[in-house]
Amino acid sequence: MSSGVWLAIVVSGVGTYAMRASFLAAAHRLAHVPPGVARLLRQIPPAALAALVVPALVRPEGQLHLLQPRLFAGVVAALVAWRTRNVGVTLVVGMAMLVALEAVWG
Amino acid sequence: MWSLSEARAGAVAVAPMLLGVVPFGLVAGAAPVAGGLGGWAALGLSTIVFAGASQLAAAEVLANGGSALAAVLVAWTINLRMVLYSASLGPYLRHERLARRLGAAYLLTDQAYALSIARWAGGGNPEARLSFYLGGAVVLWVAWQAATIAGVVLGGAVPAELPLDFAVPLVFLVLLVPLVTTRPAVAAAVIGGAGAVAAAQLGAGPLSIVIGAALGIASGAVVDALAERAGHRPDRTARE
Repeated sequence: MSSGVWLAIVVSGVGTYAMRASFLAAAHRLAHVPPGVARLLRQIPPAALAALVVPALVRPEGQLHLLQPRLFAGVVAALVAWRTRNVGVTLVVGMAMLVALEAVWG
Repeated sequence: MWSLSEARAGAVAVAPMLLGVVPFGLVAGAAPVAGGLGGWAALGLSTIVFAGASQLAAAEVLANGGSALAAVLVAWTINLRMVLYSASLGPYLRHERLARRLGAAYLLTDQAYALSIARWAGGGNPEARLSFYLGGAVVLWVAWQAATIAGVVLGGAVPAELPLDFAVPLVFLVLLVPLVTTRPAVAAAVIGGAGAVAAAQLGAGPLSIVIGAALGIASGAVVDALAERAGHRPDRTARE
């Protein structure tokens, strides 16, 4: 294995750590978060989670594709998540739906 | 001040997520070996980078003979969303010492972020926040390293019948659903999701998550500002 591989691993890790630490390191200077900044920060959880979830449901193979099991299983899982707020139940129902739909679709 | 019960609560909260994390870690261990980079490179990626999607992408670039620079740029691009997580969690942990915040930063992942922000936005004792975070994040770290080692050892023997990768979006879905109860949050989620899909369709590749999130944040903020100007009470969903 070349030293270039380790260089890539270490530099990737250092940069990723810098991103993780960025605002956590500066947090003590934020005695009072300005209202405009607080408004932006409040939007991060729904925006970031949706940006992770939605592509996984509608682009499972790297192309937009709506009529496939993952979107249907995801919608059912969303309803279960809304009714139960339970990670375990949602996982079981969502995975079972996907396995069943893939068997039918296949 | 450490709270053992909060640390335990964090560990319990992260437990269902391991269903998606462990198979992902097995792949993160097996892929660099299959690509000819060796088991130590897989372990190096898991301990030094500790971010699954970027590990796989960097390993693929290197295994295909790409340059170190190309691998680094791909990994950084995929992990850019960590800046958003850091900004979102920072105000909740500003009372903690710098060394602790820097330690917490190393363990920051999608899962640790999503669990913690959901818990902290609901109130509770600020002094117990870091205990909850570490309880979940440390369990996740240990599981990730163990799964990586297992992936290195087992290699291609990882079973592929069950679509366990689907557990990853399902877990984030459970955390997303309770958030979309206000108009700004609905705008942030709808535009965030649609924006990420559109960016990916247009060829943004690993940048599409951050592009979607940025569009969602901007949309949510605009809706929030308009609602406030119209005289409604501002939303209290994730207020801090």
